[in-house]
Amino acid sequence: MSQVPNARVEAVYFSSAGGETAVSSCLSAPIAIECARTTTNDFCRSPTADTRHPKRQAENIVYAHPFSYHRAGSLLEASELLQQLGEEARLIAGGQSLIPLMKMRMVRPSALVDINFIPGLSEIRCSDGQLRFGALARHADIEESDAASSIPIVQDCAAGIADVQVRNQGTIGGSLAEADPSGDWGAVLLTLETSVRCSRPSGERTIALDDFFKDAYTTVLGHDELISEIIVKQPAKNSAGAYLAFKRSAPVYATASAAVQLTLGDSDTCKDVRIVLGCVGLTAIRAKEAEKTLREKKLEKKRIDSAVEAVRAAAEPQDDMRGSADYKRVLIAALVKRAIGIAARRARGEQVEAGHEYVGR
Amino acid sequence: MSGVEKILVHVRVNGEPREALVEPRTLLVELLREHFNLTGTHIGCDTTYCGACTVLLNGRTTKSCTMFAPMAEGGEIITVEGLSKDGELHPVQQAFAECHGLQCGFCTPGLLLSTVHLLSKTRKPSEKEIRKGIAGNTCRCTGYQNILKAVRAAAAEMGKS
Repeated sequence: MSQVPNARVEAVYFSSAGGETAVSSCLSAPIAIECARTTTNDFCRSPTADTRHPKRQAENIVYAHPFSYHRAGSLLEASELLQQLGEEARLIAGGQSLIPLMKMRMVRPSALVDINFIPGLSEIRCSDGQLRFGALARHADIEESDAASSIPIVQDCAAGIADVQVRNQGTIGGSLAEADPSGDWGAVLLTLETSVRCSRPSGERTIALDDFFKDAYTTVLGHDELISEIIVKQPAKNSAGAYLAFKRSAPVYATASAAVQLTLGDSDTCKDVRIVLGCVGLTAIRAKEAEKTLREKKLEKKRIDSAVEAVRAAAEPQDDMRGSADYKRVLIAALVKRAIGIAARRARGEQVEAGHEYVGR
Repeated sequence: MSGVEKILVHVRVNGEPREALVEPRTLLVELLREHFNLTGTHIGCDTTYCGACTVLLNGRTTKSCTMFAPMAEGGEIITVEGLSKDGELHPVQQAFAECHGLQCGFCTPGLLLSTVHLLSKTRKPSEKEIRKGIAGNTCRCTGYQNILKAVRAAAAEMGKS
């Protein structure tokens, strides 16, 4: 759950061409796999195929660099292991991003600390107006939980991340700690009052999500620190949100995504609003200027149009295989406009479907 | 080869207890294919996209190319080999055969397990639920119409009992 060195990330983030994988925002799978194969020879092949099946030596299974494996039984043990094993060790939760990255040799941890066997870390609870997600709560668990269905934007997000198989393994804590610029949870939870409880050998601390992300793939978490819980304040009754993520097909990351949480006041005024843009910058971007044009104003077309204009200006998209920067700017503006409309309708009590959109859905 | 300590992994596969001493980086799909010789689980894209390697782990579908074998310790795994009983095809397999829900068959093991998982959660899935349920499985032959037909037929057949 710790950081990838920035220089490497940038090389990854900006080198984009060819196909796509479910791994990350702008990775190019064919190039990366080819690179891994040609630079590391037999390391990329199956560790067993060579000896057991000599005729299948050339079988092209993509393999992670060797690492030692450590199973943690408690949060404390996990953070102590990270401390002992040093900077090259990494935490593994659901593994739905880290394993593909390791197979492509984008990251090469010397050791993995597996937290999947820590008991009680996947609970989803609702208490005192707060929704509490254990770090290991799987997207599928959240999708099906009563607690999450009370916050539509959380439901939109959980139900559409990648596909069933990935949602069955991927975790909310892992998603936040990875801090992928195209991750879904970061954008969604930034529209709500969210804090992240973290644990390290020296004790615990709680960090506001607004202060959590530093850069692409980089958070404020220390090397020996891990997320234990994500705490979301239940929004007010007259508040609702929508998350729209536009993607080519189910398993891939979105091309652009918009998260809007809106609180309605009297006579259709926007009492408060948060607008967060995903996939169009090195982190999720809070569009504060756009929020300002709507806050304390009547929700009318002219205002929404100027908010959307501000969104276009706030986005910092890159050209990649999912689309040109210009295209993404148009797309993010359209998504925000729709998300504002859906959030407002939901805040008025209407049932409206929203979430991830892709061909064949 | 790597000097890393190997790990003994214990799982139940299709009801049978199995174990293997493996390098930690061994993927679950390779544990199944190379160590247990269960080659029905296929490796398609190897990048968490296509779903050909889908198996059931503790009742939930997972892409076995995206899990290191030690992470499955103690798990209950069902692969395509575990679907038929006493020479009788599983109703989902039967439906895929009858509806021509496969052509080359490469993606079929994954689609079968995704369908089994879907129907274990939703007895009468809507059209939308079916599409969502198999969105993580890529087929490059059929164009999906017959696969959708097969899932509907399996749901109807299994709904009878």
